[in-house]
Amino acid sequence: MSTLVDEIMKSNSSTETPKYTAKDFQSDQDVRWCPGCGDYSILAQTQRVMPDLGIPKHKLVFVSGIGCSSRFPYYMSAYGFHGIHGRATVIATGLKIARPDLSVWVVTGDGDGMSIGGNHFIHLMRRNLDLNVLLFNNQIYGLTKGQYSPTSEMGKITKSTPYGSLDYPFNPASLALGASATFVARTLDRDPKHMQGIIKRAASHRGTSFVEIYQNCNVFNDAAFVQFTEKESKDDNVVFLEHGKPLVFGKEKDKGIRLNGFTLEVVSLKDGKYSVNDMLVHNEKDTTLAFILADMTYKPHLPRPVGIFLAIDRPVYETEIENQIAFAKEKRGVGDIKKLLNSGETWVVQ
Amino acid sequence: MSQKTTENLDEVTIRFAGDSGDGMQLTGTQFTNTTAILGNDLSTLPDYPAEIRAPAGTLFGVSGFQIHFGSMEINTPGDHCDVLVAMNAAALKVNLSSLVDGGSIIVNTDGFNDKNLKLAGYAQSPLADGSLGKYQLFEVDISKLTALALQDMAMTSKLVDRSKNFFALGMMYWMYNRPLETTIEWLKSKFKSKPDILEANIRVLKAGWNYSETTEIFSVRYEVGPANLAPGRYRNITGNQAAAWGLMTAAKKARLDLFLGTYPITPASDILHELSMYKSHGVKTFQAEDEIAGICSAIGASFGGALGTTTTSGPGIALKTEAIGLAVMVELPLVIINVQRGGPSTGLPTKTEQSDLLQALYGRNGEAPVPVIAASTPSDCFDTAFEASRIALKYMTPVILLTDGYLGNGSEPWLIPEYDTLPDISYPFTTNPEGFQPYARNEQTLARPWAIPGTPGLEHRIGGLEKENITGNVSYDPENHDLMNHLRAEKIERIANDIPLARVDGDLQGDVLVVGWGGTYGAIRTAVVHQREKGHSVSHLHLRYLNPLPKNLGEVLSKFKRILVPEINLGQLVKVLRAKYLVPATGFNRVRGLPFRSVELEIEIEEILKGIE
Repeated sequence: MSTLVDEIMKSNSSTETPKYTAKDFQSDQDVRWCPGCGDYSILAQTQRVMPDLGIPKHKLVFVSGIGCSSRFPYYMSAYGFHGIHGRATVIATGLKIARPDLSVWVVTGDGDGMSIGGNHFIHLMRRNLDLNVLLFNNQIYGLTKGQYSPTSEMGKITKSTPYGSLDYPFNPASLALGASATFVARTLDRDPKHMQGIIKRAASHRGTSFVEIYQNCNVFNDAAFVQFTEKESKDDNVVFLEHGKPLVFGKEKDKGIRLNGFTLEVVSLKDGKYSVNDMLVHNEKDTTLAFILADMTYKPHLPRPVGIFLAIDRPVYETEIENQIAFAKEKRGVGDIKKLLNSGETWVVQ
Repeated sequence: MSQKTTENLDEVTIRFAGDSGDGMQLTGTQFTNTTAILGNDLSTLPDYPAEIRAPAGTLFGVSGFQIHFGSMEINTPGDHCDVLVAMNAAALKVNLSSLVDGGSIIVNTDGFNDKNLKLAGYAQSPLADGSLGKYQLFEVDISKLTALALQDMAMTSKLVDRSKNFFALGMMYWMYNRPLETTIEWLKSKFKSKPDILEANIRVLKAGWNYSETTEIFSVRYEVGPANLAPGRYRNITGNQAAAWGLMTAAKKARLDLFLGTYPITPASDILHELSMYKSHGVKTFQAEDEIAGICSAIGASFGGALGTTTTSGPGIALKTEAIGLAVMVELPLVIINVQRGGPSTGLPTKTEQSDLLQALYGRNGEAPVPVIAASTPSDCFDTAFEASRIALKYMTPVILLTDGYLGNGSEPWLIPEYDTLPDISYPFTTNPEGFQPYARNEQTLARPWAIPGTPGLEHRIGGLEKENITGNVSYDPENHDLMNHLRAEKIERIANDIPLARVDGDLQGDVLVVGWGGTYGAIRTAVVHQREKGHSVSHLHLRYLNPLPKNLGEVLSKFKRILVPEINLGQLVKVLRAKYLVPATGFNRVRGLPFRSVELEIEIEEILKGIE
């Protein structure tokens, strides 16, 4: 017997995905982030990418926790669930297990995803459900008005740390890799084209895709990423990771990154000592390399890596559940509740 | 062969006790299954320590299993046991107080060596010092006899020792005239791939039986005839298994997929174990990373159109509390089962208690009303799991089902319900986009529509922020918040129109009404029936619905001079009844981690009756 969900899905299976524009993904709700917040760009890029994904709006679900970033679902014209602090990942997990047919997106922040939801985050990575996680990293608690976050740099002076914070920060990309994520990427709120590309790649990845987005909080932590996002400084402080391409950066593409043993070093491509051919070539299928590249983060002598660290295939959790169900049905026949109730040792009282 | 006589008994209670590694739970379960198939009514009480294998021979490592069975109606696992099987000195020491005067003790003498005696705190052997004079003592060297039965099998002494529980089982089968076949069949399926162990266990089981038959140690065996149960097909079922099947049946009748998101916790894990076997039924079980993930995944599944459920025990409910509030706010169906155990904190994980009632009723931030129902017997866990699902789906609300460790692990014969006669509880999803509003309400139930992702034109957002009435948009408006609080409360109150009225067992008015809820049903029923047989004016009311309470409850209570509320807590329901109905109800409260003894309830009832005269 089919379930009520099956019936609904069957009744709209013939509908073709309409040709959308970005505007079709704007909800009727007023966007209430602070003027100048980096969240606006992330919302705009997401809405711009959606028409290209070929997913009907009614199959899209955005799930969030608590924090500024977590208001995101209200502004998307799609299904949305604004959950509780830190738990978007698990609400999304249950939804995706129940409904593998949906395109599920988790929107979280550095507090929501790395602190109160840190446990769920690592377990989501290792399970590898086919869903997408957008982590807005502004290195500060915005909604609670300016306490340091698990990604804030050490010594940060905030309302709750007048003498400076003592916690060493998480590097979300390394954490995700350490938890056996299959897709790990980083992008920037001030680089719309790059972000669009990354979001598209994340959407097409089969498995959990984790995207860390450096996002400026202009009220409580302004200019946290300025050296990576502004024209004057960006080229010398960011290296863009591209699959199959050497790690080269600088305004004039005059610097490269070389692997010396297990150590990365920045070398000049101008002084004739090294050429592009000597530089480390990115391979997004190489798990070890991904760890090494993610580890560049927070190292002052190295540029900040941005792009896709890792994109590998591993069995998808909810697909494996469906496979087990299919296997059990094949082996034992489709379950019959009446038979089950009367199974085993029974006896009749006349 | 010696001359043996057979006596008839209406009922008997046996307690198997030994080290937690001695297989006493298995022995008890086997005796129970065989007894159930013979048509006896029965009730069981597994009583085991939290440690999996506590140091051998210690008092805190003793594991017990009590079964009360008979040819009459059996409602409790027995206040005391008539027969105690003690595999070692510690088992005797821990359990002797539960044996009736004149009762029988069967001891494994090998478990009474100097080391055992010392660990149990005996200065001298109780088998030799005359301290057991008021009991019938049967001394059997079970360990040695087991070894003899297996001496040609080249098994390690450890494996041989592990079989000795089957010798004890064989003896009890002989003494109560039960066939060995049920256990032999079970052994055959269990040890299909281990023929040595299979043969050893069967040999030892038969050795126990034959020893009893041929030696002169037992001169009497007993016959306990079948009980007068309602006609139909029966099976034996534990509360946790019944709860699992109740959820599965409800999902089928609701035409939904069943999703269980949960985290292992004693004594609730068996529901997860049970449901995880039914992949062929499409059941999806998710063992989450913690309690919070368990419930949140269930909420996510419900959002997607599954029957989302989560199972736990008290400490787990504490962790799930915020998410229950979320489910109240987003008004999605969710079934939360709390198999209560001793608290607070980690408390007594393997013991039973009823101390989570107020937590279920009130333990959330904000005004967060949740329907609460409670199972009264192991098999009632099926009916209440089904009913919790019905209410959750019809009213779009989380529902808390309270069972407890005693019900969850205990078992009884269950009249298997006719699936076709169970009600249809399917409530169609909303699919029409015209005029769709996520928080518009059904006029009768006040339930909001269930519109699931995947439905074109119904894209909408829900969440934990206060909702504007009808539109479901985020709203900070003071009047709207007041309205929504009232609407959420009234939705739950209206469920009272949809549940049976409170029904009194016994006279509808009189001296004393004993009001109970949950797993104390059997003990209260036994006590009240006995008191009525003595001619006292005592009635029994057992509440399944704790929120909302049945509509007629105030009136029912008003017809009695005194109201007694026995609970395995410090007085929780009694507080609710006093506050709501302003009745002079008094509590009877013992929090030992064990079910009530019916006799202690009788003593209390008689005290109250004296006060009336």
